[in-house]
Amino acid sequence: MGRQVVVPFGPQHPVLPEPIHLDLVLEDEKVVEAIPRIGYVHRGLEKLVEKRDYKDYIFIAERICGICSFIHSVGYSQGIEALMEIEVPARAEYLRTIWSEYSRLHSHLLWLGCFADSMGFENLFMQSWRIRESVLDVLEETTGGRVIQGSCKVGGVRKDIAAPQLTQMKAGLDILQSEVDDLVAVFTDEPTIKSRTVGVGHLSKKDAWELGAVGPMTRGSGIKSDMRMLGYGAYEYLDFKPVTHDDGDCYARCLVRAEEMSVSIDLIRQAIDAIPEGEIEVKVKGNPDGEYFSRVEQPRGEVLHFVKGGGKKNLLRHRVRTPTMANVPALVKTLAGCQMADVPVIVLSIDPCIGCMER
Amino acid sequence: MAYLSKSPWILHYDASSCNGCDIEILACLTPRYDVERFGIINTGNPKHADILVITGGVNEQNRSVIQNLYDQMPHPKVVVGVGICACTGGIFKECYNIAGGVGEILPVDVWVPGCAARPEQIIDGIVKALGILEQKRADMSRAEAGA
Ligand code: SF4
Repeated sequence: MGRQVVVPFGPQHPVLPEPIHLDLVLEDEKVVEAIPRIGYVHRGLEKLVEKRDYKDYIFIAERICGICSFIHSVGYSQGIEALMEIEVPARAEYLRTIWSEYSRLHSHLLWLGCFADSMGFENLFMQSWRIRESVLDVLEETTGGRVIQGSCKVGGVRKDIAAPQLTQMKAGLDILQSEVDDLVAVFTDEPTIKSRTVGVGHLSKKDAWELGAVGPMTRGSGIKSDMRMLGYGAYEYLDFKPVTHDDGDCYARCLVRAEEMSVSIDLIRQAIDAIPEGEIEVKVKGNPDGEYFSRVEQPRGEVLHFVKGGGKKNLLRHRVRTPTMANVPALVKTLAGCQMADVPVIVLSIDPCIGCMER
Repeated sequence: MAYLSKSPWILHYDASSCNGCDIEILACLTPRYDVERFGIINTGNPKHADILVITGGVNEQNRSVIQNLYDQMPHPKVVVGVGICACTGGIFKECYNIAGGVGEILPVDVWVPGCAARPEQIIDGIVKALGILEQKRADMSRAEAGA
């Protein structure tokens, strides 16, 4: 047994677009323990509910994170709508679902790229992000924003998508599907990827459950947990099955996300086919009173928006439990005992979204 | 600016942004925008960097990190603040943990507003920064020759 040394990882590190710090306790090349230190991007935005009208606060809720942005705004507005018993028009529910799934696609493509980059597979990073641009184009054409859309509001959505554009989007999805298939084939079959991910960063089903992991992290360990099964938005009317894999290693998590892209494409297709005509928003009157937990599925897993109002313009409390926060205990667990060289790959495998985590 | 006399390398640090701007900076490197063809590389090492690109309003824990990164970069260097958060603190300006923009800590040469700043804007900002970098380099060599 060698002497123990502590190697700092982050907060600024080539593989991380965002800052997180890990103290890696090493024995030779083996990581004995990883101690996370967070707070580098903490802004304290939950406190802003005291200064902003609950209707305007949605812009802040959306900016919890630039990747999961749209789904945060959905989670927040669903919370308020449930509190105030607002009936959102069906068309708005479908539009929200369509945009949510596009967000998931862009997030997963982004992640696949970063994951490839974490093992030095630059070309694959470029390919993933090249495909991602076509998803961002659709988001931009329909909402006006690439990564921050601002199209969800309390009581519905701000923008409608016209029928010809929906048809066009469907044609785009066919191209996207074939590109995604080619990309996913590399991730599933390439020996380089397998050699870096199979058996690396193992998380057992029991640990995933006990440590409260969420999203692809649990689904990669064989637990069927997906908030979309609750049937919020238009998911109730659409047909889908959560993707799970049983191995619990980085490869399994990669496969979960890769396969989820096809599920998302399929969901968008179904939603476009079934979208009803009608209004896209209702007038919101009054102020929220009471409290509500709103749960929606982010690309990274379950996000919880707790809203509490006291009959005033401003909420009393807004609390978010984001997927990355839930996944950090599992991350620390999987890092213990791994090889130093595998640290970037394992860190990336939880799809860390520090902006979300620290708010 | 007719040509670049050097391949400028950038160092990117997220000083408490929502990471919307950060992924747009990454997008600049990817095939559609592909700034690497101009020799612009995103490096992880401050000692290799010419341009410090910062996103987000600076929070308390980040102050020392940013100063540290800046100090480690060789002269001449320029700082680009990307996103409205980096400019003023933006939507998070009133948060208790936000200093209110990178200008509070470092001398910023180029501001790129927008929420999120789009890749085209970011590239514009970097190109502008290159001009300033050239200028600083010329000033430095003149000062050296004079000394
Ligand atoms: S400017 Fe907007 S997109 Fe950029 S970091 Fe700030 S909130 Fe996020």
